[in-house]
Amino acid sequence: MSNDQHPNHGHHETETEVQASYYASRSKAIETLLVEKGVMTTTEIDREVNAMDSKSPADGAKIVALAWSDDLFRTKLLANASEALKEIGYELPDKTPYLKVVANSDDIHYVVVCTLCSCYPRMLLGRPPDWYKSLAYRSRVVVSPREVMEEFGLRLSDDVEVRVLDSTADMRYMVIPRRPLGTEGFDQDSLAALVTRDSMIGVSDPLSADCL
Amino acid sequence: MERFKVGDTVKVRIDSPSGHYRTPIYIQGMTGVIESVCGRFKNPEKLAYGHDGYPLETLYTVEFIQRDLWPDYTGNIADKLLIDIYEHWLNTINEG
Repeated sequence: MSNDQHPNHGHHETETEVQASYYASRSKAIETLLVEKGVMTTTEIDREVNAMDSKSPADGAKIVALAWSDDLFRTKLLANASEALKEIGYELPDKTPYLKVVANSDDIHYVVVCTLCSCYPRMLLGRPPDWYKSLAYRSRVVVSPREVMEEFGLRLSDDVEVRVLDSTADMRYMVIPRRPLGTEGFDQDSLAALVTRDSMIGVSDPLSADCL
Repeated sequence: MERFKVGDTVKVRIDSPSGHYRTPIYIQGMTGVIESVCGRFKNPEKLAYGHDGYPLETLYTVEFIQRDLWPDYTGNIADKLLIDIYEHWLNTINEG
């Protein structure tokens, strides 16, 4: 390359600039337009981002722990998740998408996917893991759910009925995994510590009692 | 009122409308059973283009037997796939 094309050749920046990715640039451009056109303010955008970042699988784990130990709460949670959560102080947004909770048992095992994109109970669990958004997971778990779960370390008996839930619309699904054996005397915090993010998606079981 | 009730057998319409829709190709043309009625929601095919989403569409969770979807499926014969589909994508069996 000639010096004509790079008149500053020889000048080194003290900091390395990281090139923004295509999608980062695109979302920045959309955000700029929304603000410039007065559709929303940067404050509103920050508030939404902060609200989502404040959610984490730990919230879901507490709810699962309570459902494991309180049959009445569990029944209410399965029937109407928003109402049941309101009663214990979790206020979910009063708009779609709606949260629906399903429970795994010795006979039935649910596993959740969004084949179209990455729909996930963000209002409760925060952002989905990267693998959940991958084309490999989204395309394979509907066709070969048992194989995919095995790759996550979960070998289900052939007797168990597998139910793949493809959340394509206004419903978001969270799974109450099976309660691990040997946890009868556990308090809420100890139970919650066994509940993993992946077990609330259904691709794996919670940790076993001896993990604590 | 909703057109289908829990337990009804339905067939997913085959279509590829231009623009945004929420009925994946893999389920189109397949026969399943209404598992639950989720409620009435704004139509995402209209919302996607700046419209208000009305009239509301009834959304159903429809249950399919995995072996009906994938000829080579080897799991339990009771294994199922449940997917949320809006009413205008569903037909009765007789409508084909």
